[in-house]
Amino acid sequence: MKKLLEIIDLHVMVGDKEILKGIDLEVNTGEVHALFGPNGSGKTTLISAIMGFGGYKITKGKIIFSGKEITDLPPYERAKLGIGISFQKPPPVNGVKLKQLVELCARENGRLIERYAKELNLTEHLEREVNVGFSGGEVKRSELLQLLVQSPQMVLLDEPESGVDLENIALIGKAINLLLGRKVEPKNGRPIKQVLKEKRKSAIMITHTGHILDYVEADYGHVLVGGKIVCGGNPREILHTIKEYGYNECYRCFTKEEG
Amino acid sequence: MDNVAKELMQELREERIEDKNFDLKKISDEEKELLLKTGIDLTGKSRCGFFFQKDHSIVHCQSLFDGAEIMDIDEARAKYGLEEYWWKALSPDKDVYTKRAAEHQEHGYFIRSFKDAKVVYPLQACLYLSEDKIAQDVHNIVIAEEGSELHIITGCAAGPKVRSGLHVGISEFYVKRGAKLTFTMIHNWAEEMAVRPRTAILVEKDAVFESNYICLLPAKDLQMYPTATLLGENAVATFNTVLLARPGSYMDTGARVILKQKGCRAEVISRTVSTGGTIIARGHLIGEASGVKAHLECKGLLLSPTGRIHAIPELEGRTSDLDMSHEAAVGKIAKEEIEYLMARGLSEEEATSLIIKGFLSLDIEGLPEELKKEIDNLLTEIDKEAM
Repeated sequence: MKKLLEIIDLHVMVGDKEILKGIDLEVNTGEVHALFGPNGSGKTTLISAIMGFGGYKITKGKIIFSGKEITDLPPYERAKLGIGISFQKPPPVNGVKLKQLVELCARENGRLIERYAKELNLTEHLEREVNVGFSGGEVKRSELLQLLVQSPQMVLLDEPESGVDLENIALIGKAINLLLGRKVEPKNGRPIKQVLKEKRKSAIMITHTGHILDYVEADYGHVLVGGKIVCGGNPREILHTIKEYGYNECYRCFTKEEG
Repeated sequence: MDNVAKELMQELREERIEDKNFDLKKISDEEKELLLKTGIDLTGKSRCGFFFQKDHSIVHCQSLFDGAEIMDIDEARAKYGLEEYWWKALSPDKDVYTKRAAEHQEHGYFIRSFKDAKVVYPLQACLYLSEDKIAQDVHNIVIAEEGSELHIITGCAAGPKVRSGLHVGISEFYVKRGAKLTFTMIHNWAEEMAVRPRTAILVEKDAVFESNYICLLPAKDLQMYPTATLLGENAVATFNTVLLARPGSYMDTGARVILKQKGCRAEVISRTVSTGGTIIARGHLIGEASGVKAHLECKGLLLSPTGRIHAIPELEGRTSDLDMSHEAAVGKIAKEEIEYLMARGLSEEEATSLIIKGFLSLDIEGLPEELKKEIDNLLTEIDKEAM
């Protein structure tokens, strides 16, 4: 498997506080990594630093994407290299229609806009202002629509199920699988296995509740506590442990590592 | 700031510039383009009528639709008298400019839609200043008769030769029972000009008045504060204003609505951007009857440290059981919004430009494509200036 994203000893400060205290993470092509952790552990900070947003100051370490160091690149250059993000709470953009934004995201996938919008129940939303008056579920579906046409190699998903009612989670899950190339049909007589291999995208997916894992299969799980990855392994087992014992169990690992 | 206009009044040439033989066909390409950017299409395509006043003479006036008439106001007064409309919504004693217009008036337009007529395409009226250092004092009357629908696009522009001048425009609007009048005005003035529109609108029962005002080019001294009085039950007034103030521009604009009967509604919305000029965004809602609903919104983007935006929203309730609100915000573009768009692959400049365009976007029906394109171009220039 080819290494797509490599994070080495990443330290990030927000304001004058160090939030990430040395993160090491590798994501290969086609892998989906689930990121767990209590509130304030640094999950959003990690993906914000990967995307390159201002206000997240990298004080040490580096980020390598497709063999290229991107630690100091602005967000749009990272986007052009193939990193995309679904925001947990994206800002409303007044006066800009979703269609306009999606067309700007699309670059070469313009012809797919209508189809994806239909699949995500967003056809009418194309004429509405981006995130203005959108419900929780509509916000998430609109994020996924933008990503579908943007078609990045590496997708950062910040709590794709938060604020989404149960009925809509299945739709969100379906859209993520489509985005990550995890649901494909045999094409032009070629075996599914081969098509999958070509299409598969990588992802880091933050999940608080783990609900999304019922729909999207993650290959690895990591637990972030106090700005460090304290645990890694089978995502279902990790989720099970958290559900059973709470993050207290993770704190024990954290303390052990600190000590 | 009124001094600019007053000083200018001392310097103006008080002479009549008449050009009876002027032909619209003789207009230069440069002027044609300028007019297109002001919403005026000289071909008259997709228009129900056309009025063109150059300096102090009417060079073109034509009605192309049976449901409405458009003519020189002087001719209309000779024909109809118009005593019940002439200086009835406004008073000549309001200020020095109304007084001036009462004394020096040279034409202006009269537009009327007949009872129950629905005017499909807009009528266009152009007030064009072609000579430098002159004053244009016009008086316009617009009547939408009962049950009619009317859309007027007024473009006011100064020609390439003009650097300074004074434009005083008296406009009295009468929107009768159940009628709907949409009035879209685009201003493209010269840099040193003083502009004083004085406008009053009387709106009767179940009638709707909608105003759209766009001014994106510099004007040294612009001051307007139209007042709509909602006289009958369920009357509605909406004012949308889009302004861009470049360095050296001073724009003092707003709208006042007096809601006199139950069920009246009003909305006053302004979107302003300063790249160095001064904007005073006013709004005043006066609720005089129970059960009225009105909202005021002044939003400004300040893109330069030398610019100034002063939002002055006023709400005045004069009885109980009113629903009046306002929202005012002056600031810079939210960094969060820029980064959101950058994460989709837009550069910082592209993101800023898109946000400004969105901020100033108003969906106005019937705007010519050229004007929309021009607005787009102008807005793309803004962020270059701002950075």
